Amino acid sequence: MEVEKNEFRFVEKPAVEEVNCDFLIIGGGMSGAGAAFEACRWATPKGKKVVMVDKAAVERSGAVAQGLSAINTYIGDNDVQDYVRMVRADLMGIIREDLVWDLGRMVDDSVHLFEEWGLPIWKKDDEGHSMDGHQARDAGKPALKDGGIPVRSGKWQIMINGESYKAIVAEVAKKSLDFNREATGMDQNLYERVFCTRLLMDASEPNRVAGAIGFSVRENKVYVFKANAVLNGSGGAVNVFRPRSVGEGMGRAWFPVWNSGSGYAMGAMAGAELTLMENRFVPMRFKDGYGPVGAWFLFFKAQATNALGEDYCAKHADAIHEQFAPYDEPMGTALRNHAAMIEMKAGNGPIMMHTDKAMAKLAETMDEKSLKHLEAEAWEDFLDMTIAQAGLWAAQDVEPDKVPSELMPSEPYLLGSHAGCAGFWVSGPGDIPGAPEEWSWGYNRMSTVNGLFMSGDVVGASGHKFSSGSHAEGRIAGKNAVAWILDHEDYSPTIAESIDELVAEIYLPMEIYGKYVAYTTAPDVVDVNPHYIRPRMLQFRLMKIMDEYVGGISTYYTTSGTLLKVGLEKLEGLKEDAAYLAAANLHELLRCWENWHRIWAAEAHARHIQFREESRYPGYYYRGDFPGINDAEWKCFTNSRWTAENGWEHKKVPYVELVGAPTPAA
Amino acid sequence: MPSFVITEKCDGCKGQDKTACMYICPHDLMTLDKERMKAHNQEPEQCWECYNCVKICPQQAIEVRAYADFAPLGAAVIPMRGTDSIMWTVKFRNGTLKRFKFPIRLIPEGTVDPYAGKPEPNYDNLKKSVFFTTA
Repeated sequence: MEVEKNEFRFVEKPAVEEVNCDFLIIGGGMSGAGAAFEACRWATPKGKKVVMVDKAAVERSGAVAQGLSAINTYIGDNDVQDYVRMVRADLMGIIREDLVWDLGRMVDDSVHLFEEWGLPIWKKDDEGHSMDGHQARDAGKPALKDGGIPVRSGKWQIMINGESYKAIVAEVAKKSLDFNREATGMDQNLYERVFCTRLLMDASEPNRVAGAIGFSVRENKVYVFKANAVLNGSGGAVNVFRPRSVGEGMGRAWFPVWNSGSGYAMGAMAGAELTLMENRFVPMRFKDGYGPVGAWFLFFKAQATNALGEDYCAKHADAIHEQFAPYDEPMGTALRNHAAMIEMKAGNGPIMMHTDKAMAKLAETMDEKSLKHLEAEAWEDFLDMTIAQAGLWAAQDVEPDKVPSELMPSEPYLLGSHAGCAGFWVSGPGDIPGAPEEWSWGYNRMSTVNGLFMSGDVVGASGHKFSSGSHAEGRIAGKNAVAWILDHEDYSPTIAESIDELVAEIYLPMEIYGKYVAYTTAPDVVDVNPHYIRPRMLQFRLMKIMDEYVGGISTYYTTSGTLLKVGLEKLEGLKEDAAYLAAANLHELLRCWENWHRIWAAEAHARHIQFREESRYPGYYYRGDFPGINDAEWKCFTNSRWTAENGWEHKKVPYVELVGAPTPAA
Repeated sequence: MPSFVITEKCDGCKGQDKTACMYICPHDLMTLDKERMKAHNQEPEQCWECYNCVKICPQQAIEVRAYADFAPLGAAVIPMRGTDSIMWTVKFRNGTLKRFKFPIRLIPEGTVDPYAGKPEPNYDNLKKSVFFTTA
C-alpha cells in the first residue's frame, strides 16, 4: 500500500500550544496525584513549575476511579522485611528488593494522609467488631496515625469505605498544583483531557528526556510540554489480550479498561530499559463481573473448590511441591491459579466460591443485627469498587448468603502495581543494605533515561504496591524529580524531533479518514473501507494475535517459541497497518493512539516471554517448550531496551537477595 | 451493564459547553448531541460500569443496564451519592430489593488544605528516603 502522509488537506491543522515547566507529571492516577502533592511542596519555594496532564478528569481517573473497598498495603505493626518476603514469594522469587523495601517503609504516611483528607477507614470497636469510618469517628476512635486499630482483612490489607477514595486524593493533588501555580505565576498547570502520544527527547544531550507531546480530545489543539524532568505514571495495559467477554462485556475488564499501556509504550519508545515485561497478572475473580475475591477469602473466610467440593489447592499441593518447590511455600497467587486450572482442564469445573457456607458459619455466632451488618459489608465490597458485580448478582438473582458463585481466571493484564511486576528498570533508593551499587544512579525511581521518572504500574520488579503504594511511590519519584531539577538548573530543553512532523503524525488518522471515507457507501458505524483500519478493528486484531500466539485464554495461557515467532510476525504486520489507522473525530483519534500504545506494550511482553526460556509464572503463563522453572538459568531479571538503530535487545541481570529467610522464633 | 441516558430526563446540562457526564467519564464515552441537547454513551462495549456518570448526573438521567452478553435483563443498581454517604438500591431480577448506605467521606469536599500544619521542606533531606511530612 502507498504510504499515507498528513498534508492537512482533509483535516484542519490544530493550534499548537507550548507549555514550559520544570516537572511534567503524565497521568493523574494514584501515583501522579502523589507526585503532585509531594513535588509541589519541594518545588514551589525554589520557583520550579509543576504541570500535570491527564487524559481524563483527575477527580476520577486511573485505576481507583471507581473507588476501592480496601487499601491493600498498610504496614502498620508488621515488619517491612516481611512485606518484602511476601512480595517476593508471590512474584516467584524475583523482585527488586530495594524498591519493595523502600516502598514498604514509606507507604504508611500516605495512608495516614488519606484519613486526614477524609477517607473513612474501618476501625475495631472495644469488642473487636468492625465499625465503618463514620461509626468509628462518631465513637471517638483515634485515627490510624494516633493508634486507631484498623480492620485487617489480611495481614497487609485494611478495609475502607472507599467510594470517594480517588476524589479525595485528587482534591489534594489539584490543590497542591494550585499552590505551585499561584506561587510560580502560571496561568494553568493542570491539563485534563489531553492525551500524550510520546515523550520528547533532547536535541543536544543523548538519552535525555525533554518533555512530551499530546493532543486535546476536546478541541483541535496539540500541546508541546517542555520540562527538565518528566514522570511517567500512565498506568498498566488492559485488553491487549482477547477478553473472555467480547460483546458489551469487553468493557468489564478486571483492571480499568482505559489503561492502554501508554506508560509502557512511551517509556519504551524513549529507549528506557524494561524489566520482567514477561510478567503478567491473571486474577481469579467472580466470573464475568470480575468482582473482588480478597475480602471473601481473607475476611469472610470463604473457601473455593472445584465442582466436586474439593479444595483444589490442597488436592494438588504435593504435585505442585514436586514440580515447583520452593515456590509453593507459601502457595502464591500464580500457583493457586495453576491448581484451579488443572481442575478446569480435567472438566471438574466450574470453580466455586462458597460464599453461602462462609456466611452460614459466621452467622452461627451472630445476632440478627450483626448479620445484617455482615451482609451490608459483603455488598459494600462490590459497591465500592466493582458495582458491575453487584449488578450481575442482582441480574442472576444471586444472594451470596444463599448460593455459591463461580470463579474464573481472567484474560491477562500487564501491570506493576497489583500482583504483577512488568515495567521499567529504575534507580533504587541507594541506602538499602546489600543492594548492588548499580541498582542506584542517584535519583530514586528515575529510569535509565536521564530526567525520566517512573511510578505506579510502570515500575518493574516491584509489585504489590496497590493504591497506597502507588501514591507513595509517586511521592518518592516526584521528590527525586525535584532533586534532579535542582541539580540541573542550567538545563534548557531543546526538542530533537520536528514538532511539525509530530503534529502531522498525531492527526494522520483524521486525514486518512477524511481522504477516503466517501470511497465506500457504508454509513459511518459499519465502515468497511480498503484504504484504512478503524481503531476498534485494530484492537480486535491485536487481541486475537496475543490470545492465540502469546498465551491468552484460548490456549489456557500456553505459548512456545514457535507460536511466539508467528505471533511476533503478525504483530509486525499489525504495526505496518497501524500507519493506516483512521479516526472520524477526536474521540476516535484517542482510541487510535491508545491502541498504538497497546501494541507496544504487547510486543514488549511477547518478546520478553520469548527471551525467558522457562515457565517462571505457572498459572499466569506457560512456555510449552520450557514447562518448568529453571532457577539455574533464569533466576535473574530479564531486561530489554528498544532503540531505533538496533530494535529490541535483551539481557539477563543478576538477581540479588537482600532480605533473608526470617529468623526462627526462639 | 453499560450506562444509558434516559431521553426524558437528560437536559444536556442546559447548554453548557460540556455535560457533567462528559466531564467525569474516565474513558471519554459520553458525548452530547447538541441539536437534541441529549447525551449518550458512544461506545457501550468500552464501558467499565464505574458509575461515575450515574453518580454525577444532576438530573439522575443515567442508569446502567447489565452487559447483555452475559447478564439477564431486569435488574438495576441505583446509587444516590450525597455529601458524606452513598445510598444504594439493588433491585434483583426476581424483584427482591436491598438497600445499603455507606460512608464516603469524613470531612466536607473542598475543605482540605494540603500543606497546612505540615513541616516546611528541609532541603538537607531532599535525597534521603523521607517525605516532607515525616522529615
